[in-house]
Amino acid sequence: MILLWLIVVLLAGGVFAWLAARSNPLLCRWISLVAIGIDLVLVLGLWVRNFKVSVTGTNNWFEQVDWNWIPQFGIHFHLAMDGLSLLLVLLTLFLGVAAVVASWTEITFGIGFFHFNLLWILAGITGVFLALDMFLFYFAWELMLVPMYFLIAIWGHERRIYAAVKFFLFTQLSGLLMLIAILALYFAHYRATGIYTFEYEDLLHTPLDPHTAMWIMLGFFIAFAVKLPMVPFHTWLADAHTQAPTAGSIILAGLLLKTGAYGLIRFVVPLFPGAAREFAPVAMTLAIVGILYGAILAFGQTDLKRLVAYTSISHLGFVLLGVFAANALALQGAVMTMICHGISTGALFIVVGALQQRTHTRAIADMGGLWATVPRMSGVALFFALASLGLPGLGDFIGEFLVLLGTYQVNVAMAAVAAVGVLTATFYALRFVQRVFQGPNSHPWQLADLMVREGLLLGSMVALLLWLGLYPQPVFRLLAHAVAQFPAIWR
Amino acid sequence: MTASDLLALLPLLLVAATSVIVMLAAAVHRNHALALVLTLLGLAGAFCSVFFAHLRQVTALLIIDSYALFFMGLIVAASFTVALLAYGYLAAREGNREEFYVLILVATLGAMVLAASTHFVSFFLGLEILSVALYALISYLHGRALPVEAGIKYLVLAAASAAFLLFGIALLYAALGTMEFARVAQILATTVDLNLTLLLPGVALIVTGIGFKLALVPFHMWTPDVYEGAPAPVTAFVATVSKGGMFALLLRYFHQSGAHTFAPVFLMFSIIAVASMFAGNLLALLQNNVKRILAYSSIAQMGYLLVAFQIGGPIGTSAAAFYLVAYFVMTLGAFAVVTVLSERERDADLLDDYRGLFWRRPALALVFTAMLLSLAGIPLTAGFLGKFYIVAAGASAGAWALIVILVITSTIGLFYYLRVVVVLYQQPATSDRAHEPIPRQASAATLVLAALTVILVWLGVYPTPLLRVIQAAIGSLG
Repeated sequence: MILLWLIVVLLAGGVFAWLAARSNPLLCRWISLVAIGIDLVLVLGLWVRNFKVSVTGTNNWFEQVDWNWIPQFGIHFHLAMDGLSLLLVLLTLFLGVAAVVASWTEITFGIGFFHFNLLWILAGITGVFLALDMFLFYFAWELMLVPMYFLIAIWGHERRIYAAVKFFLFTQLSGLLMLIAILALYFAHYRATGIYTFEYEDLLHTPLDPHTAMWIMLGFFIAFAVKLPMVPFHTWLADAHTQAPTAGSIILAGLLLKTGAYGLIRFVVPLFPGAAREFAPVAMTLAIVGILYGAILAFGQTDLKRLVAYTSISHLGFVLLGVFAANALALQGAVMTMICHGISTGALFIVVGALQQRTHTRAIADMGGLWATVPRMSGVALFFALASLGLPGLGDFIGEFLVLLGTYQVNVAMAAVAAVGVLTATFYALRFVQRVFQGPNSHPWQLADLMVREGLLLGSMVALLLWLGLYPQPVFRLLAHAVAQFPAIWR
Repeated sequence: MTASDLLALLPLLLVAATSVIVMLAAAVHRNHALALVLTLLGLAGAFCSVFFAHLRQVTALLIIDSYALFFMGLIVAASFTVALLAYGYLAAREGNREEFYVLILVATLGAMVLAASTHFVSFFLGLEILSVALYALISYLHGRALPVEAGIKYLVLAAASAAFLLFGIALLYAALGTMEFARVAQILATTVDLNLTLLLPGVALIVTGIGFKLALVPFHMWTPDVYEGAPAPVTAFVATVSKGGMFALLLRYFHQSGAHTFAPVFLMFSIIAVASMFAGNLLALLQNNVKRILAYSSIAQMGYLLVAFQIGGPIGTSAAAFYLVAYFVMTLGAFAVVTVLSERERDADLLDDYRGLFWRRPALALVFTAMLLSLAGIPLTAGFLGKFYIVAAGASAGAWALIVILVITSTIGLFYYLRVVVVLYQQPATSDRAHEPIPRQASAATLVLAALTVILVWLGVYPTPLLRVIQAAIGSLG
């Protein structure tokens, strides 16, 4: 039941926040925070309760809800949580808080509708991470798009409509491909067993001939690869991230991309281990191309937000690499990268958003020497830039290191080339710090430094990254079960 | 004709009687509200009688089975909605109003006959009852240029298509010697050497007549002009009741005869479906008029329906029926918004009329958004489940080419739905007409909008009861 409440609280919170905004915008923001806060407490409670049992145990799930929904099609309302989904839901809620706080002064009109959309996106994403019925999964997958579209199209920057429509079309087309793949799997299962079901755990054991499996796997893979985004499906990303308001960028980079990665981990490889094995070299090659290409693109950007956006392509390339290397190390690394990328990129978007709110520009050329006027913000930015380039001691390093280690066991050459990607990250991260915060303040800018609200938020993100970098064991404990279940596609 | 026959025909009789009563009432004393109330009572009575009607074949012409009753209920409910919408719309406009309801009732009767017909004679009768009433309805505001133009266009083309249909029926009769659907099916199934030289042209001509009514490509030319010119409630009626009745007949006829599995017929329908999906969605991209956008969108929607129809069998037919219900709800909803926003002088059909609507009338904008997203097939709405059902039916039959085309074209379609949605949420410029107060809509229209939205979401989240009804109805087709 608790899983249902997670979603209901967010949905209801969105409605109440909207209603409250008519009388008092501040109340609306607080309602949003409280709704996400309640969920955070619930999920942390779940973690504490399952702290011991998570390592071993035969039960796959901490918590489940399973009801008949549309019996004519064998559709269930089935939510379930294991260590992987718990971590990602936690990340969702944490970044949800970050998004509300970051838009505290940035959003000045349509406040009620904004928070409504924000909370409904979070509800959709939570649904994606929890759904175990393929139909429900698709339902939640599509559901998060509409409010995200509004977020970009209404509160975005100058080219918001172009970006919003592009985002929507890319994800919708890929989503429909996935729908066809889901249905193909559903009918293949029916033909093999005579049972109509969208149940994940039943579909896991569908006997498929290799040719069919490959086609269905590709349907899923493309849908998730567009979200990830994998080169060459990445072109929507920079526009959407750049044009979205700060909260939108945080959610896009921190969460929406992770739904793609989650799909790969939860569905693509476990449902089609054979096809995944065959496809792995292609996927890993594309991952490496993404790592390098994303880094090069990031290095060349003149727009601050675009720079941060392109780094996501590079980081998510490591996730893709890790998933298809498919051993325990690489998988733990991939999940770790997902979490830490969410936090560090989210934080970078907050910094960039704060800068844009103060300077009304995102052009790197217009900035420089900001360290003198905003020392606290600059320090924090340097920290997150270092996290992003993979400085040991911070969470991102653990993730990427483990992915490389895992890949090395599978393919030495690929690991070596991917390692170059870590190096290229240094270029764009340091260029970002140097161009914006160091050098002469030629403009000259006189800006307000971080406010308490921003400081607290970014401070907590710093603390989280340090914790994940220095003592990641609790995360790996949570993941142990999911990792053990993961099919070993390389032998 | 026995008492049982009359009881079976109760829904049809009630609607027919109501039209006479409304006409007589108007002759004695003109009163707009009275005409509306009588109409609503008659339609509500007809709707209720659907649940009690006896199931039987009445003469060779009509069959009252749960399939016919299901579509009759749907058609009556849609007419009820249109009547409610029309009240506020007509009250703000010049001319006599009471006859509108008579015409609506007559047209409804025609559509209901189509849903129940098992014979080419009742097919043609129903079609003509429907069409003649529609000529008058489309040009109901006869003092204005656009409605009259639309009415004449519809008249000429509908009459021509009826002639095609009639000729097709004649050819079929010449080839097979019967006009009963069941007999036709039997002969097609058993005879080895069919006289194809008469049969195929006959079928082609019949399809022309049907295609015109459903606005399928290449018989769609009238659609945008008529949609644009007709008064908004009438457009809603043309888009739903008129197409719904015809589609019910198409489904029944081909489900029983299995004629669409014949290679040439299958190919013909495939081409029509694909062309409708592409042409509808692509041409809608070029429009700036909301009514024309909805017109082209409805062409595409009919293409999707045709895909389900093509797949056939219990699952394809159920999918088509479900999608048709969803199509009714979202189309009525979209035109309800257009109706409510229309001003006395002209209908609200320019994109500019909708700019920034969300910031002035959030509820109305949200309803419109929901309807458009449903047309685009986004979750939480009936349109999503409808499309899901069609794709599922396609996947079960292995009709990959058709559903891939459906997916691609509906993504193209998304583009123009989003275009309208974007406009709804644009920040109004400070000085323009955005700040003009909009007259409050009649409470009847508010009720309609609320009810349609609730149904839309309900079907999108919990379709189980409707699916049960549909599967029972399709089951009665055999």
